[in-house]
Amino acid sequence: MRSIVALVSGLVFGVGLVVSDMINPARVRGFLDLFGGDWDPTLAFVMGGALAVMAVAWIVTSSRSDSLLGHSLPAKPSSNIDARLLGGAAVFGLGWGMVGLCPGPAIAGLFLGGWPVLLFIAAMVAGMMAFSLVNRTA
Amino acid sequence: MNFVLNDALAGLAGGALIGLAAAILLLGNGRIAGISGILGALVNTSLPATWRENLLFVAGLAAAPVAYAAFVARPDINITTSVPLLIAGGLLVGFGSRLGSGCTSGHGVCGMSRLSPRSIVSTLTFMAVAIAVVAVMRFVMA
Repeated sequence: MRSIVALVSGLVFGVGLVVSDMINPARVRGFLDLFGGDWDPTLAFVMGGALAVMAVAWIVTSSRSDSLLGHSLPAKPSSNIDARLLGGAAVFGLGWGMVGLCPGPAIAGLFLGGWPVLLFIAAMVAGMMAFSLVNRTA
Repeated sequence: MNFVLNDALAGLAGGALIGLAAAILLLGNGRIAGISGILGALVNTSLPATWRENLLFVAGLAAAPVAYAAFVARPDINITTSVPLLIAGGLLVGFGSRLGSGCTSGHGVCGMSRLSPRSIVSTLTFMAVAIAVVAVMRFVMA
């Protein structure tokens, strides 16, 4: 059952990225291009729609000790703002701004984006593996 | 500003679907739909017990746009970044999202919607940096 839930979630996530056009890096960079004179606000609407729905899901979980299928829920959010969080976000933001791709849209474009997306995914996975190695020896 | 009503409505609808996908994973499996976390766990030095559902989530995410292209319309995927920056960008996105424990989905959608202080700080940080990068590429490097 967990596998089916995960598959359905991934499918719906993928359709959402296509419908919202966030699968298109040019659209994402249009939002990030705040000072270019032709700002594209679409990403803000996408974020608004996603946050509104997901907030309801969190409200549903707030009065429960486990998920609707009886699995344990994520821990309460932490307010521990450390260098690792800030540094990671900054490094991530550098790459996101350069290309306009983050992990979700990159995977969603795996079969449709041609070699640029494949190259980006290969580099992204390499970056994740590098982190695993560094994190293990640190 | 370039406001197009249809784009905004499509954005809202698509965003609601993204929120629904995250809600399904949370309410069903009790898990956060953070793509970097789910993918990162699959390429880690040790596989977690949840590797099968992680793989199925990623498979669904990659397959859905193919089905959409076949039955509805093929989405545009325009990348203008040069090859060296494309590789550098991928490395930075992969490493940074794991170091900072999340990306646009995990921190941006899942964390901010529960008002997590860490996620709000993370999202504001990577948004600000990405906006600065695009500005530098437009005005300095161009």
